[in-house]
Amino acid sequence: MTTPCLTIDNMTLAYGDFIIQRDLNFTINRGDIFVVMGVSGCGKSTLLMNLIGLMRPAKGDVFYGGESLWQAEPDARKRILQRTGVLFQGGALLSSMTLGENVALPLTEHTRLSPQRIRELVAYKLALVGLAGFEGYYPAELSGGMQKRAGLARAMALDPEILFFDEPSAGLDPVSAKLLDDLIRSLRDHLGATIVLVTHELASILAIGTNSAFLDAETKTMIASGDPKRLLAESRDPKVIRFLTREDSANRHKPIQSNPILTHHQEPCDL
Amino acid sequence: MTDKTPCSINVSRKDNTLEAAFVGDWVLDAEIPALEAVLSQLDDGTGIKRLVFATQALGRWDSLLMTELIRLIDYGAAQGVQVDTTSLPEGIQGLLRLVYAVPERVGARRKETRDSWLEALGKAGLHLFKDAQDFVVFIGEMALSFTALMRGKAHFRRMDLWLNIQDCGPSALPIVTLISLLVGLILAFVGAVQLALFGAQVYIANLVGLGMTREMGALMAAIIMAGRTGAAYAAQLGTMQVNNEIDALKTMGFEAMEFLVLPRILALVLIMPLLCLYADLMGIVGGAIVTVSFFDVSLLQYLDRTATAIHLMDFMIGIVKCAVFGVLIALSGCMRGMQCGRSASAVGDATTSAVVTSIVFIVIADSLITLMCNRLGI
Repeated sequence: MTTPCLTIDNMTLAYGDFIIQRDLNFTINRGDIFVVMGVSGCGKSTLLMNLIGLMRPAKGDVFYGGESLWQAEPDARKRILQRTGVLFQGGALLSSMTLGENVALPLTEHTRLSPQRIRELVAYKLALVGLAGFEGYYPAELSGGMQKRAGLARAMALDPEILFFDEPSAGLDPVSAKLLDDLIRSLRDHLGATIVLVTHELASILAIGTNSAFLDAETKTMIASGDPKRLLAESRDPKVIRFLTREDSANRHKPIQSNPILTHHQEPCDL
Repeated sequence: MTDKTPCSINVSRKDNTLEAAFVGDWVLDAEIPALEAVLSQLDDGTGIKRLVFATQALGRWDSLLMTELIRLIDYGAAQGVQVDTTSLPEGIQGLLRLVYAVPERVGARRKETRDSWLEALGKAGLHLFKDAQDFVVFIGEMALSFTALMRGKAHFRRMDLWLNIQDCGPSALPIVTLISLLVGLILAFVGAVQLALFGAQVYIANLVGLGMTREMGALMAAIIMAGRTGAAYAAQLGTMQVNNEIDALKTMGFEAMEFLVLPRILALVLIMPLLCLYADLMGIVGGAIVTVSFFDVSLLQYLDRTATAIHLMDFMIGIVKCAVFGVLIALSGCMRGMQCGRSASAVGDATTSAVVTSIVFIVIADSLITLMCNRLGI
């Protein structure tokens, strides 16, 4: 389970002359739930934009498998990106279309499947995220959590190899956030997809992350990486400790089980 | 990419158990075998009590296999057949558990209904009535905030008023210049065709002058502003509605009517008469260009005829009309913006409907005012 799936090679992110992050190097392996974390404004979302082809890095490149994303021709880049799915922070569903049409959109545009088959696929994807039967609803008629799950169904429409999540649990209550975390984990387990999470939600990071990169806003580069739970236990960097313990480093070595939200995740996921 | 082995499904029967074996690669772009043969064996009369799956020969799989499995399982369950999924790979079982984890909420599914024409007509009628009601309510609220303004109690930022004035005044000059100059040109050409027959080219000045001041100047300025400013008002307010900005203003103790709508309406009503005057002059210049260069009339003659033909009253009629149009444009733009729904497409609808509403209002108001002037003999 250690085939590299996504390689970030010597990447520098900048808006014009203003450098956000420099010299990023890390590898995301197949089957990882990789967390990109850091305080607000450190460049997490900018990094995501560079990974999913929305913004060209100032320097460096991204490799999907062995293929370079930014040296590829635009057509080849589109083909690479079709193997990815992205869930945006607010779901980013197209508001003029129903949920069914939203999920069907990539299928009708990028495949030659019959309408009947697309309908079945849409029903299946919506059922996967717990929205069976909601095809005819418009996004505005759903709650935030449902919109997010519907966004996930759309992101999964083409059976992507890599799923990117931008702040998946932002704006969700703890229960919905945990359900979404569970869903992300079981999708990883059963679909064999690789998951990249951009988040600062501590509960999610520690609950489902298997590997991580910690971006620092002051030194403008990655200052830690590895399994978040191990980082919490072993890291010596004060910034990382402050982030992972919410400045409450006295409690650092207490067992994680003391946190009621987290205890559940220590056991194997049981659906 | 490795070659795909074609996918197929083998059915074998043992006593009352049906075994469906999936063979090959079940991936989205594969030619898939018809499932109907399997489904028909699950029907009532066949005596099948149990359905099991075999996946030893299954190659790669994705959502395609899942949708087919779900069809089989649902169909089997509907026929009262016991479906055994335990022989499937762990990944597939996990996904199936997810699919069936949240049962479809009763009543969630919507049937597509198509209204008969009578129903559609009725709904359209009710909608129109509701629209008219909303309009009256909006005018009422507007009147209240105007009284607040008169009593010096309206809350809005003076800066907003100036910004709006700049936006619908000076920034609109180039387009107003172009359009009214061209309308003046066109009026002159149209009149010249007939007047030249009598050798009365010099009266083109009367025609253009009267036409522009009484009618076209106001109408053109209004139509430009409906497309430019009315649409902008609807889009601005609509986007604010989508982003909860209007709710935020309300919670901070501002009346949206006073804070957002009042400065916009004031700006447009103050600026429209000036724009109208400017459009009149530009139209007359346009007429002069045509008459002087093509129809053998000197500039002095043209100006002299214009000065004798149009009176202050003609200007006033145009200006009053344009002020009325300004109110109507600002009202429909702001009303549609405030009524906007909470999605991106709703903003588009609001903008479209603001422009349509204001142009309809402009034309109706123009006809009424012209009729009144005619009756009153001015």
